[in-house]
Amino acid sequence: MANVADVARAPGQTRPPARSSIRELIAQTEIDLRLFGMLLALVVILVVFHALSGGTMIAPANMVTMSVQAAGIAIIATGMVLIIVTRNIDLSVGSLVGLISMSYALWMSDWFPRIFHLGPDVPFQWALALAMGIALGAGVGAIQGFIIAYIGVPSFVVTLGGLLSIRGLVWYQSKGAAVTQLDPTFQLIGGGALGSVGEPLTWGLGIVGCLAIVALLFNNRRQRRRYGFPMRPMWAEVVLGAAGCAVVLFLAWFANRSYWPPGLADQYAEAHNIPVPPGGLLIPAGFPFPIVLLVGVTLVMTWLATRRRFGRYAYAYGGNPDAAKLAGINTRWLILKTYVLMGVLCALAAAIAAARLNGSTLDIGTGYELYVIAAAVIGGTSFAGGIGTIPGAVLGAFVMQALTYGLGFNSVDSPGQNVAAGIVLIIAVGFDTLNRRRGS
Amino acid sequence: MTAAGNGAAAKAPLVEMRHINVAFGGVHAVRDVTVDLNEGEVIGLVGGNGAGKSTLMRTLSGAHPPDSGEILIDGEPRPIRNPRDAKLYNIETIYQTLALADNIDAPANVFLGRELSTPWGTLDDGAMEDATRKVMGRLNPNFRNFTSPVVSLSGGQRQAVAIARAVHFNARILIMDEPTAALGPAETAQVRDLIRQLKNEGIGIFLISHDIHDVFDLSDRISVMYHGRIVDTVRKDDVTTDEILGMIILGKKPTEVSEKELAELGVAT
Repeated sequence: MANVADVARAPGQTRPPARSSIRELIAQTEIDLRLFGMLLALVVILVVFHALSGGTMIAPANMVTMSVQAAGIAIIATGMVLIIVTRNIDLSVGSLVGLISMSYALWMSDWFPRIFHLGPDVPFQWALALAMGIALGAGVGAIQGFIIAYIGVPSFVVTLGGLLSIRGLVWYQSKGAAVTQLDPTFQLIGGGALGSVGEPLTWGLGIVGCLAIVALLFNNRRQRRRYGFPMRPMWAEVVLGAAGCAVVLFLAWFANRSYWPPGLADQYAEAHNIPVPPGGLLIPAGFPFPIVLLVGVTLVMTWLATRRRFGRYAYAYGGNPDAAKLAGINTRWLILKTYVLMGVLCALAAAIAAARLNGSTLDIGTGYELYVIAAAVIGGTSFAGGIGTIPGAVLGAFVMQALTYGLGFNSVDSPGQNVAAGIVLIIAVGFDTLNRRRGS
Repeated sequence: MTAAGNGAAAKAPLVEMRHINVAFGGVHAVRDVTVDLNEGEVIGLVGGNGAGKSTLMRTLSGAHPPDSGEILIDGEPRPIRNPRDAKLYNIETIYQTLALADNIDAPANVFLGRELSTPWGTLDDGAMEDATRKVMGRLNPNFRNFTSPVVSLSGGQRQAVAIARAVHFNARILIMDEPTAALGPAETAQVRDLIRQLKNEGIGIFLISHDIHDVFDLSDRISVMYHGRIVDTVRKDDVTTDEILGMIILGKKPTEVSEKELAELGVAT
C-alpha cells in the first residue's frame, strides 16, 4: 500500500496525494462502481450455480451457449436504454422481432428464389435479406416514432398497439405456418459451431481489443493533459489497462476452449484429409458471431450515446425536456430517431433469432419486450428519465440470462426461472433506489 | 410610449417589439405590447403575477412565438420562430427555472444545443470543459465542479451555469427572468455586479424582477405591465418607487390615479 501511495505522489499529478484507504484508491481509478458491482454480481451468480451444479456449469461450451442466448436481448436492450432515457417505452420490440424474423425466413425461402430465378441458393441473399430487414425495422420504428413524437400519442399506448397488431401481421405473413430453410451463410449469424469466428480470428479480435483499450486510455490522458485537467494517477491507468487487457485475452482464450462438436469435426477432418488424433479432433470455435455482433453494437451504441450530439440530446431531454427544447434542440426529431434506431436493433436481434432456429415461427420474440426492459432496468436505467448506460443494460441482460441459465442447468423448470427472474428484478432496482437515495 | 435612450435617437434600437399579442386559449396573456431596448441599456420589466412579463420575454427568446406583432433587431424585422432563431441574433435568456438538464455536467449544459465538435463529428468534451472553466473563472472563480451532474450543485452554482451559458456565446441581448430569486445575499450582489459589467460591455438587458429595489438599482428604464398590457415605460430617474408600485398594483399611470386610490393603498403622496 505504501508503495502505491508513493507513486500517487509523483510530481506532475494534479490530484491530491492518495490516502491509503481502499475507497480512495478505487475512487482514483474513476471506474463506474455501479457497472463494477454488476459485473461482480454476474460472477457471483455464475460461481454459485457452478458450485450447485457440482462444478460442471462454467465450461466454455456452456458459457458460449448462455452468451448467445443473451445476445438478442442485450442488443435490443442497448436501444431500450435510449428510449427509456428519453422518458418513453417500447413494448413492440418482441412483435417487431417476430415480424422481421418471419420476413427473413419468407424472403430467403420463398421470395428471392422466385424473383431471381436462381434456384434456392441466391448469392448474397443473406446480405440482401439483412439489409431489407434493417430497412423494415427502421420503417416500423419511424412510423411509431412519428406518432409518438409528432402527433403526441403516449409511447406506452402506441407501442402497446404495435405489440398487438404487429404480432397479428406475423400470422398473415405465413398464414400461421412455421417457415424453415434459411440461407447457410445467414445461419452463421445465429452462432453455433460453424457460426463462430475460429481460433486465429478470436485471438486477433482479443489483441485488437487490448490495443483499443490502451489507445482509449492513452487518448483520454492526452486530452486531459492538453487542457491541464486533473488526471488519473499513473498507477490507476496501468491497473485499468492491465485489467482490461487481461479480461479480453482471458475471454478469447476461454472461447477458444469451446470446440466443434465431435461429429462435425470428424466430417471436417474427412473432407480435408486431416488425420484424426486419438480422442477426436479438437477444433476451437472461438467467439460466436452473435457475440461479435453484440460487442460491435455495444461499442457503436456507447459511442452514439456518449460521443455524439444525438446521445447528449437524448440524456439532456431525459433530464429536463423543457431545457432541451429551450436550448433549441429538435426534440421531436430526436425521439423519432430513438425509435428508428430501436427498429434497426430489432432487425439485428431478429437475424440472430431466425438464424439460430434456421427459420421462423409465429411466436418468435414473444415476451422479448419484458426481458429487454428488465435488462435495461437491472442495468441502471431509470424510468424517471435521463439515467442509464448502454454497457449497464448489456450486463443486465447477461445477469438475467445467467440466472435463468443457471437455474435451468440445475433442473429448475421454466416457471421457477420466471419467479426467480422477477424477484431479482425487484431486488436489483430496490438496491439501486436505496443507493441513489443515500447518494443524494 | 417609448422614451429615447441616452439621446442616441439616430441609431435604431437594438430590439424593438411592436404590437405583440399572445393568447393561450381564451386568455389574452400579452396585449398589443410595444417595447424597445438600446445597447448598454437595462430595461426593468415589472408587474404582478400573471401580468405577462415572462410570456412577453418568451416571444423574444423564441420559446413561444407571438400570435401577432413584429420584432425588429437593429431596425430590421426578424421573425423569431424558435429558440434557435433567437440565438442566431445573439439573444440569450436566463430563465427563472434556469432550464438546466440536471443529469448532465456543467460544460454539457453550457453548450447544450451548441456543442463543440471534433473534426470527426464527435463531441469535443475537452474543449467544452476548457471553455467552461474559462468563463466560470470570470463569473464565479469558486466554481470547481465541472464533471458532476448539475443536480449536485448549489443554487448559486446552478445560477452561474445558466449565466455562463448566456454570456459565453457573446450575447448582445440578454433576458434575465428573476435572476436573483433563488439566491443568497452574497450571490445576489455578485449577479448585480455582473449585470452592471455586461451593461458596460454594451449588452442590452431585459430584467424581469419582483424586487423593486433590484429594478431601481440596475435599470435605466422601467416598463410596468398589468394584465398583459404595458401601463407605461418610464425613465428610472423620473419616478419614485412608490409611483412604480402604484402602477403595478393599480395598472394606471400616476397622473391617472385618484387621491382616493392612493389613500386606499396607504401610499403617501
